[in-house]
Amino acid sequence: MPSSANHAPAETNTELMNGPSLSLQDAQYLAPSLLAQLISALRSVPALVAFVVIVTVVLVALLAPFLGTVDPVAIDPASRLSRVSAEHWLGTDAFGRDTYSRVIYGARVSLLVGAGATLMSLVLGVLIGVIAGYFRTADAVVMRIMDGIMAIPSILLAIALVSLTGGSLLTVLAAITIPEVPRVVRLVRGVILTVRTEPYVEAAISLGTGTPTLLVRHMLPNTIAPLIVQGTYIFAAAILIEATLSFLGAGLPPEIPSWGNMMSEGRMYFQLLPGLILYPGVLLAATLLSVNVLGDVLRDVLDPKMARKS
Amino acid sequence: MRNLPLDSDDTGCDTDREKPVLQIEDLAIQIGGSAARPVIRNVSYDIKPGETLCVVGESGSGKSVTSLAIMGLLPDALRSCGGRVLLDGEDVLKASPARLRELRATRMAMIFQEPMTALNPAETIGRQIDEVLRIHTKLGRKERRRRVLAMLESVHLPDIERIYDAYPHQLSGGQRQRVVISIALILRPKLLIADEPTTALDVTTQKQILALIRELQQKHNTAVLFITHDFGVVAEIADRIVVMNSGQVIEVGTREEILAHPREAYTRMLVSSVPSLVPKRREAERNEVVLDVCGLSKTYADKRLFRRGRPVAAAQDVNLTLRRGEIVGIVGESGSGKSTVARCIVRLLDPTSGTIRIHGSDIAQTSRSHLRPFRRRIQIVFQDPYRSLNPRVKVGDAVVEGLLNFGTPRDDAMAKAKNLLRTVGLDEEAIHRYPHQFSGGQRQRICIARALALEPDVLVADEAVSALDVSVQAQVLRLLDEIRERTGIAVLFITHDLRVAAQICDGIVVMQNGRIIEAGPAEEVLTAPRQAYTRTLIEAAPGRGWDFQNFRPLQIDSAKPADAMQPKQIH
Amino acid sequence: MLAYVVRRLLATLPVIVMVAVVVFAMLRLTPGDPAAIIAGNDATAEQLQQIRQSMGLDKPIYQQLIQWIAQLLQGDLGVSLLSGTPVLGMIGDRMGPSLVLAISTITLTVIIAIPLGVTAAWRQGRLLDRAIMTLSVFGFSVPTFVIGYLLVYLFSIQMGWLPVQGYRPLSDGFGPFAERLILPVLALSTVYIALIARITRSSIIEVMGEDFIRTARAKGANEHVVLMRHALRNAAVPILTIIGIGMASLISGVVVTESVFNLPGLGRLVVEAVLARDYPVIQGLILLFSFIYIMINLAVDLLYPVFDPRIRY
Repeated sequence: MPSSANHAPAETNTELMNGPSLSLQDAQYLAPSLLAQLISALRSVPALVAFVVIVTVVLVALLAPFLGTVDPVAIDPASRLSRVSAEHWLGTDAFGRDTYSRVIYGARVSLLVGAGATLMSLVLGVLIGVIAGYFRTADAVVMRIMDGIMAIPSILLAIALVSLTGGSLLTVLAAITIPEVPRVVRLVRGVILTVRTEPYVEAAISLGTGTPTLLVRHMLPNTIAPLIVQGTYIFAAAILIEATLSFLGAGLPPEIPSWGNMMSEGRMYFQLLPGLILYPGVLLAATLLSVNVLGDVLRDVLDPKMARKS
Repeated sequence: MRNLPLDSDDTGCDTDREKPVLQIEDLAIQIGGSAARPVIRNVSYDIKPGETLCVVGESGSGKSVTSLAIMGLLPDALRSCGGRVLLDGEDVLKASPARLRELRATRMAMIFQEPMTALNPAETIGRQIDEVLRIHTKLGRKERRRRVLAMLESVHLPDIERIYDAYPHQLSGGQRQRVVISIALILRPKLLIADEPTTALDVTTQKQILALIRELQQKHNTAVLFITHDFGVVAEIADRIVVMNSGQVIEVGTREEILAHPREAYTRMLVSSVPSLVPKRREAERNEVVLDVCGLSKTYADKRLFRRGRPVAAAQDVNLTLRRGEIVGIVGESGSGKSTVARCIVRLLDPTSGTIRIHGSDIAQTSRSHLRPFRRRIQIVFQDPYRSLNPRVKVGDAVVEGLLNFGTPRDDAMAKAKNLLRTVGLDEEAIHRYPHQFSGGQRQRICIARALALEPDVLVADEAVSALDVSVQAQVLRLLDEIRERTGIAVLFITHDLRVAAQICDGIVVMQNGRIIEAGPAEEVLTAPRQAYTRTLIEAAPGRGWDFQNFRPLQIDSAKPADAMQPKQIH
Repeated sequence: MLAYVVRRLLATLPVIVMVAVVVFAMLRLTPGDPAAIIAGNDATAEQLQQIRQSMGLDKPIYQQLIQWIAQLLQGDLGVSLLSGTPVLGMIGDRMGPSLVLAISTITLTVIIAIPLGVTAAWRQGRLLDRAIMTLSVFGFSVPTFVIGYLLVYLFSIQMGWLPVQGYRPLSDGFGPFAERLILPVLALSTVYIALIARITRSSIIEVMGEDFIRTARAKGANEHVVLMRHALRNAAVPILTIIGIGMASLISGVVVTESVFNLPGLGRLVVEAVLARDYPVIQGLILLFSFIYIMINLAVDLLYPVFDPRIRY
């Protein structure tokens, strides 16, 4: 029952935490200059290292042609499976392609897939989440479908989708996006459902504020911080899933120099040339690690409630 | 009731000779290890056996922090940085963690504000009380069980064998608080710290818990350190009073000294802010009816698989009218349905049946989209000032939101917002600032300004002053009264607090279990209630024998049947 | 209590149906002729017709859905396009290694992760906590197959202590069985241990902020009792939940790990089916894995009341 009065709760609850000079509410509702918060998040050492790694990977991806690379898909049957040399800094693979160049260009593929899938799942997720959370009639149906998608392990769902559509960059992106969408939907819907009953939203309703303003001004801003955090994790997940799919042979076409593809091809020669797997593997791990560390730091700063929960 | 030998009179001559159980000397507490200004400074007071010492103060006064320091339970962020806390002569600030654990529950014990969360949800009541005995005694299982059951009996819980095996969620708030008291007192500590133990409870339950604490205190001659913000409770139970503000002790004295002859201006202000239970006499308004609620009901279907939904009636057949310039209060305990009614009237909830007429047009069943023109006729102010304003929206934009919705040009709206902010006692420069830059009371003023911007006929105030400190509460009540005088707005005032209702309402509607059980002019309802439940409510209001504004016992005789909780006499 | 069990059981039904519908819809909603998608580009008209018939693709879509669900209810997962054998039978043949891998991994994980998480929570903010948490971020950031190859590189190629890959059933003797299992289980557990240790830590830390913890301290209970008796038990529900949800990544992990170590389990079967474009097998395996996932989470749900008496209707 929506029962009434709590008896002067603000009075005592806050006191213990804050002492006289500061107030919990003040800390919580500090005018949220997102940028300032993000910058402040970078003050810890691990965060800084992670940030530097990511910036490096991004720069490497952007500047790939200028980093002493050769064409990553150029086949050279004369120098197959060669070891480290002046010509091939990290050796070559079974087709004689330059491992160094492929690893560098692989960063492009990973970042592209990561960014693309993140953007797509956020956009779709926010749209569907708003529909489910705000327009309650759609909720039951939408959420059942989301439950269904979430009950299928994401890699398997992606594998199935790729095997149906054939591996191309676009289909792989879609296959990675679809399993991630329900997670965003749940988050957005959850925030909207919570915020709906906030007194300031109810006050806006009584002021005659219409649905678009209500959503854009009073509700959706509450999803930004958790979405940034969630977006970071999706970014990492997307990179991981692409690599996994390609590794299993169910991902990008083999000629695309992605880290997963390289590892997949390197499997047969692992005992001979472990570097074929270890170089892209280590880069992949370092990228994922940095993104996850950054995600954790962002979460601690932007979303302290979620930080305690997960 | 208060004539046991150790309970001496309030002049304190007898107790002075006894050694205090607890002596606090110059206690200081700071945040972290920083050398910043301590949040608690120079706090000194003591308590003697059998004495009830009330520590009162508004939020942020440091009263709770001090009590946690005594128990050695300060949160990690805080630490004591000076002074002594002597429990039976032993400085607990210097005690080792192991020694502190030994002292807890045996010498000093604590009960907390929130009985709903103070117990481990995954363990039975019996085991949780038993844990104290297991930690501190070497008693056998049978003997421990016997002791626990005896304790449950002594806190007057019914059906103790069943309660022993029950889980906390199966008990009501009042029952849980009795369990917490059992945990605290089973080893008969010399000192009991009660930190707002009744604040989360309804008045009738509060009364029973206060009586229980008193009873056990007298039985074992326990010293009680009672922390509260509620002067009603203080008037009811205190032997001596410590007034705190901003981390410092303002004044210490006997109950009479503080309530009747406060020396410090702050204490005077605080005491005189406590609203009186005596209703103000006002001429009955005979203006036109602006709000007419008839047969309003709200039922929730309790959806269950396999079972027919058992409908739960949150409000049933509620009738009330509100005239221009009138303030009508809906009072009741939690679960009485008073907020449901308020939220139905502003159509944040859809009523199941009945009519809600504003100036004659029924809005009870109007669809959400057709409701819009009526929205401006009726506005609401909520309880929690911290959640009532969007933290990301500047005050000015918040106040003009309604005006813009109804087509007022932005410049005109802003000019009006400045005006309104002045009306509610804020600087007009406030429009450029964010809500977090304001205190709770100021935010509530902003909410009032926002509600007034549309010049509504009816303002619904849903526990609008309940979360505010008593001094701020008095100011906001005064403001509402002024606005009513000036604009002739009608106010529907929902509150659990009879004092507040007495202070401001012309008419009072009493609700219980979703129904109106009594309604009438405030004076009639409060001084000559016709229903037994209304009488129970009035009698449960703590400290109702004291006239705080005039620093003296209540002169006129209103609603005072002799009962056990009558405040003791003050010489 | 019985009502609770029944309610949870019924609540899983729509999810199972939804999974079936999603899997059904995937093939049909993909642009293009489903039969052509399955058969690949160089299929003959005859082959296409045969696929259409065997999978019922020539019927109206609602009939296909009804037929699909009806078949599923009878436990009929269809027939492999490649070998012509029933998918269910293929699953039965390949179940063993996957089960062994999954169960060993879960066991190892719970044994290691929960104590790690509790320890980290207990030393919150201290060096030990930070070390555990750092390891945990590493643990779930490094992909399973990278860990797998690192382990193989270290222990098999460099040290020569363990076989590189392969699988021997238990009937070949415990030694050969176990030595081929160590690295896969280690590789697969890493992610999972990291995940559950993290959740255990944060759940406990959250519970440690509850009022009843303060009550326990006010009783004079020592920190060990507070942590183990009051906090861990109340943190059990979120921990269990994550163990359940984490099954999804465990299943994905099984697929990857079996590929790295060449274990002839269901995960390998998925990859083989993908490479051979044997869609009925893929479909069947997805349904199976989702069903297992749903059932594990149902089991988790049913365990809740053991830890939280409030969940009992």
